[in-house]
Amino acid sequence: MNGNIHSTESFGTVDGPGIRYVVFTQGCLLRCQFCHNADTWEIGTGKEMSVSEIINELKSYLPFIEASNGGITVSGGEPLLQIPFLIELFKECKKIGVHTCIDTSGGCYSTAQSFQENLQELLNYTDLILLDLKQIDHKKHKQLTGMSNKHILEFARFLSDQNVPVWIRHVLVPTITDNEEDLTKLGDFIGTLNNVEKVEVLPYHKLGVYKWEALGMQYPLKHIEPPSDESVEKAKELLTSSLKENKQQKEKEAVLLV
Amino acid sequence: MEQWKGFKSGAWQTEVNVSDFILRNYKEYTGDDSFLEGPTEATTKLWDQVLELSKQEREKGGVLDMDTKVVSTITSHGPGYLDKNLEKVVGFQTDKPFKRSLQPFGGIRMAKQSLQAYGYELDKDVEKVFTEYRKTHNQGVFDAYTDEMRTARSVGIITGLPDAYGRGRIIGDYRRAALYGIDFLIEEKKKDLANTSTVMTEDVIRLREELSEQIRALVELKDMAKAYGYDISRPAANAHEAFQWLYFAYLAAIKQQNGAAMSLGRVSTFLDIYIERDLENGVLTEKEAQELVDHFVMKLRLVKFARTPEYNELFSGDPTWVTESIGGMANDGRSLVTKNSFRFLHTLTNLGPAPEPNLTVLWSTRLPDNFKKYCAKVSIETSSVQYENDDIMRPIYGDDYGIACCVSAMEIGKQMQFFGARANLAKALLYAINGNVDEIKKVQVGPAYAPITSDVLDYDEVMEKFDRTMDWLAGLYINTLNVIHYMHDKYSYESIEMALHDTKILRTMATGIAGLSVVADSLSAIKYAKVKPIRDENGIAVDFEVEGDFPKYGNNDDRVDSIAVDVVKRFMTKLKKHKTYRDSVHTLSILTITSNVVYGKKTGNTPDGRRHGEPLAPGANPMHGRDTKGALASLSSVAKIPYDYSLDGISNTFSIVPNALGKDENSRVANLASILDGYTAKDAHHLNVNVLNRETLLDAMEHPENYPQLTIRVSGYAVNFIKLTREQQLDVINRTFHESM
Repeated sequence: MNGNIHSTESFGTVDGPGIRYVVFTQGCLLRCQFCHNADTWEIGTGKEMSVSEIINELKSYLPFIEASNGGITVSGGEPLLQIPFLIELFKECKKIGVHTCIDTSGGCYSTAQSFQENLQELLNYTDLILLDLKQIDHKKHKQLTGMSNKHILEFARFLSDQNVPVWIRHVLVPTITDNEEDLTKLGDFIGTLNNVEKVEVLPYHKLGVYKWEALGMQYPLKHIEPPSDESVEKAKELLTSSLKENKQQKEKEAVLLV
Repeated sequence: MEQWKGFKSGAWQTEVNVSDFILRNYKEYTGDDSFLEGPTEATTKLWDQVLELSKQEREKGGVLDMDTKVVSTITSHGPGYLDKNLEKVVGFQTDKPFKRSLQPFGGIRMAKQSLQAYGYELDKDVEKVFTEYRKTHNQGVFDAYTDEMRTARSVGIITGLPDAYGRGRIIGDYRRAALYGIDFLIEEKKKDLANTSTVMTEDVIRLREELSEQIRALVELKDMAKAYGYDISRPAANAHEAFQWLYFAYLAAIKQQNGAAMSLGRVSTFLDIYIERDLENGVLTEKEAQELVDHFVMKLRLVKFARTPEYNELFSGDPTWVTESIGGMANDGRSLVTKNSFRFLHTLTNLGPAPEPNLTVLWSTRLPDNFKKYCAKVSIETSSVQYENDDIMRPIYGDDYGIACCVSAMEIGKQMQFFGARANLAKALLYAINGNVDEIKKVQVGPAYAPITSDVLDYDEVMEKFDRTMDWLAGLYINTLNVIHYMHDKYSYESIEMALHDTKILRTMATGIAGLSVVADSLSAIKYAKVKPIRDENGIAVDFEVEGDFPKYGNNDDRVDSIAVDVVKRFMTKLKKHKTYRDSVHTLSILTITSNVVYGKKTGNTPDGRRHGEPLAPGANPMHGRDTKGALASLSSVAKIPYDYSLDGISNTFSIVPNALGKDENSRVANLASILDGYTAKDAHHLNVNVLNRETLLDAMEHPENYPQLTIRVSGYAVNFIKLTREQQLDVINRTFHESM
């Protein structure tokens, strides 16, 4: 089976644990203003790569992956637009004992039966999901990404119900996603999830701007500079405080039960 | 002997066998780096003095002082000090630090030119003696060179040959001086002399002469030490003496020879045995142990030779390759890591980063985790460490080998090599297309084969011609080296280094190739794209038009990586057909040091799209900017080059920005260690690791005064970045920095 692939990176260290072989799929429904992979948006383009092609290359990196407890991460673009391909790919990964991870924004999540069935099967072979929660405020989310966040939050809830381990990721864009109130609310929401292993705040950077220019598009956030280290720390605190409280609460309850 | 009290006995006591001594007595250390101590007051004071002298040297144009009159020998100069009262390890090449010695035995012209380049005049008497009465290696070589050899040398198809300077790459077993004392070593050599064959063939006559010279050198070594107030006729009795004895032996070598690479061997674990004994006896503290290491390493940082600017163009940044090999595994399954392995790496913190000594970690996937982590940490902080795969070298060289120069493994005290620089295969490929006519100088260099005349290059035709050109080149190359090493043995014999070897040794003929990635990509372009030669009025292809894309070496793509592998195997197989001087064993390296810049100048436009003058990629590296699939793809391509066919080493330089290595310090350390484990598991050979941002280097180019100790690994060695020529600085900056986000 083939996937529409934008590119691959043999040495990923920021998308999941250890050293990751990263596959960037082609195509995404969101149009985030800060996207650093705008060249992966268009659906149906990219180059076709077969599962066996990817697996063969992945195999040659096993010594590095095993030494670091790493694995494969499928990023994008939006990987969940190509679930049948992911199922085949991850099945093969599991045969050779490779840790699997999907980096997604959940932008194409739907409750339609066919999507749900496919997703359920995929989760059988998925060890970790990196879930981008970009903005808790519905309106602001729409403005930032061109889409509502309703189904994205549903997706987060769904993963929690299914007990799929997730790392929540939040891109901190000054003036756009760093509002204290929003962050607190997002933190509260994260606190209600019971499958969160880690929360990562990704400081906004401008490394992808050249891609917009290459695509002949106007980069909308030209005037915005990366956040300071302090505001990143602060955001991290706001996003995890509720999670920590809940965790302490649970531990207390656990003690009482004993 | 009383000096051996407390050591476990064994075969080492009755005959020279340092390895046996180490294996019986060393104490493996698997703990972490928390025991390490900072610099003592004396260390800091001495190092400040060195920094000040370095500054003066830089301001004076690269050389502070030179000897113009006294020819350097083991005993030529009286004692020299930084500060006699503070130095725990003493001895300089001349009567004071930073004064470069005069070494004319390799070639009087080179000695004279090095002096002139820095405004000094060679003493007239010395010049007369070495021109009229005493022949040098250089003159001997040119007496015997054929016209073809001279041409090959001047067009640059074979370059960097050690025909005008000391060949180096010989490691004396300097540990023997400490363990046995010099009298024991003299007695052993006398026995060997008494036991040579009595049939006076040329070989036997030469052996007897060499042994006599070795014995004489050992006597001189004792005299030199005496001038510093030490009697080294007996074994070293404690750690302090062991460091000092060992250093004296090394010092004698660098006073006698200004070889291109004067490597140290594998001394840290040996010395740890003395430190452990003193620590146990309560006569040494950890602080004092680190001080000994710091002072010893400081001396190694101050090894200096007089070099010409042309030489520096090839081997940039004043390198001496005082390579020290650290770590590795013993054949019995223990690692050879000791606390002293940590202490040696820790000098990069105590004294700050530096290119010398060339600290080389012999990496095995089975090294203790704590040591792996510490190495990674030091690499990330200093970019001063290189790694070589112990798991593929140990089966060949045993567990007591060391690295000479950059990547040349040899069993310590039992093996030496005839250093052979390298043949430029990128140029050879152009010769194949042009019927062995040089594309720049337009002269016939090799046999006049028919050139390729087609409009589009055909892969099979090119390969067939390339194969024939390599046939010719391999023969010429080995013959040229035979001349060089015959003359070096005759006129510039390394008697003290060889005195610290067994009498019966293994010799290798260490050839090398340059331009591997250019050849692989060019052949790939010819095979997978459409390459049209553009010919000048004489029909010589001087440029190439490439239509279409083609796979490039460095992306883990077998279509082109297999071409690189094939070229290496072919050339090595051809070299082996030719008889070598002293029946040395053919080996091959894929290493260019910084000479990739000069070779690039001497190589015309190539079919891969590289322009005339553009540097070749260093060593076995992919061409910069062409490895686009990330670090592991690049590393995996290089890992495919078979070590069995390149036993003199396969150099790869890897630069990565800190953020690409991981999000925080812990993950960076873990990921770097995993890269090394993975690379080692894939049977790759060597990796230089640089962890820095390109911006730092750009800033250092503009403001060198702010970066006196900025060190960067190039190809098998490290350099002080600000000592590189501007051209080489740009070459380093243009190389691929892996920076995936």
